[in-house]
Amino acid sequence: MKILIPIKRVNDYNVKVRPNQTNTDVDLSNVKMAMNPFCEIAVEEAIRLKEAGKAEEIVVVTIGDDKHQEQLRTALALGADRALLVKTDNVLQPLDIAKTLAKVFEKESADLIIMGKVGIDGDNNQTGQMFAALTNLPQVTFASEVEINGNSVHVTREIDGGLETLTAEMPAVITTDLRLNEPRYASLPNIMKAKRKPLEELSLEELGINIETKITTLKVESPPERQEGVKVETVDQLVDKLRNEAKVI
Amino acid sequence: MKTLVIAEHNGENLSAATLSVVDAAKKLGRDIDLLVASNSASNVLKEAKAVEGVSTVLDFSDEKFANEIAEDLAACIVSVRENYDFFLASSSTSGKNNLPRAAALLDIQQISEVTEIIDDKTFKKPIYAGSCIATVQSSQEKNALTIRTTSFEKTGASGGSAKIETKDVPDTVSRKSGFVKNELTVSDRPELTAADIIVSGGRGMQNGENFALLEAVATKLNAAVGASRAAVDSGFVPNDYQVGQTGKSVAPNLYIAVGISGAIQHLAGMKDSKTIVAINKDEEAPIFKVADYGLVADLFEALPDLESKL
Repeated sequence: MKILIPIKRVNDYNVKVRPNQTNTDVDLSNVKMAMNPFCEIAVEEAIRLKEAGKAEEIVVVTIGDDKHQEQLRTALALGADRALLVKTDNVLQPLDIAKTLAKVFEKESADLIIMGKVGIDGDNNQTGQMFAALTNLPQVTFASEVEINGNSVHVTREIDGGLETLTAEMPAVITTDLRLNEPRYASLPNIMKAKRKPLEELSLEELGINIETKITTLKVESPPERQEGVKVETVDQLVDKLRNEAKVI
Repeated sequence: MKTLVIAEHNGENLSAATLSVVDAAKKLGRDIDLLVASNSASNVLKEAKAVEGVSTVLDFSDEKFANEIAEDLAACIVSVRENYDFFLASSSTSGKNNLPRAAALLDIQQISEVTEIIDDKTFKKPIYAGSCIATVQSSQEKNALTIRTTSFEKTGASGGSAKIETKDVPDTVSRKSGFVKNELTVSDRPELTAADIIVSGGRGMQNGENFALLEAVATKLNAAVGASRAAVDSGFVPNDYQVGQTGKSVAPNLYIAVGISGAIQHLAGMKDSKTIVAINKDEEAPIFKVADYGLVADLFEALPDLESKL
């Protein structure tokens, strides 16, 4: 079985991102970048399937400029076998990302596509579902447990109100939720080894992708600041404030 | 052209989220139709018909809708695409699962988690865990939006008199996924995303048993109980209690955060609450920066005290 893992380079999740001075975009100039946490979980899940003898090959793919090689190398150091970089200086929106990945899938094929449920930058939560639609594959989103059963996959999903289990025939698309697993760290020898693993470059042109900017960002602002609150000394004061000042109880 | 709202329901009742999505739909100034895919959900149809502002309810009835599969629902949306230039769903797990699939089939770049509709091309949405708010403009003829329900009012659940139109259910026998089972959390408390008051616990609660202290306070206030990711990951409470970037977005009148430090990811899900109270023994905790009322205290003393005084 072959697993394809699309990953994304985003801001480190601990960094608070701010608008730039002209309020036209976010300011990422001095922000530490990393692999999207949900993508790390996708990579980890694939490695576990390989370690369990269920998968033979793990291919990671991302779309972006040369700097995106860093995140591909990270995935290789964690245990992916090969990497693909679809090179572009443009920043793609989810539909174009899904179209590009669909072309990569046509070239590479795979039995399972595992990707993060959401990028912590755009907060869109779309790419996996769109990719599944474009490739006409079944989708199982927000996975917290994945079990391979012969030619199908059993997936427990996190939904509002609890959990749901679906089954899907492979090839299938799975998007990961946080509780699927605890990603490992890459060891130094593996980081060294990852440098010799194959990293192939592709272009949007050779995949036949024309980027269409369907959504333009007009403005990026900070959310309205909350007024600094007050500290109360006792529970009595708190109850009094809630009753008589805020009038919320 | 019209706006199509994808209704959410549990087989018995229309969800409150749908009322918020209809409220958002009203801002687009078009006739509003409601798509209900269900298995003989006569009560859902009755409720859908009564929603204020809805012109027509599209009734897709089939056994396969007993459980919602994205492939089936997306096919329903696609089958009625001609009449609509807007497709709206809530940004619940259901809307997030279904609408992008339909949008891709319609070649639409969806806009997720819309918090404000400025006009029928311009929308606001949070990005970077709510650290920034983006104003985006669409050049598409047709648009798909998921709506952050806490940013909109709820339209009236009664008073409407929509007509019901029975639709042909698209054939999706070739779909490759199916329902196995679900395990839903049973609770007699108000639903988290609809509650007026929420009492949330974090890592400071130390274990699941201690959540009884929170629940006692919640009972007095008729509040829902929420949790931070730390509390969920530690197994204190089920996943669907989680408030934050990866959990639920809430905006109640009163949010009481107990033993929660206030990481960016948690704040993303609750900082639009009207009044925020923080109870934490660490006076440096970031939660105090957004709290209207902060109490620096040991929660194991403060919670029973609070309960006795409500």
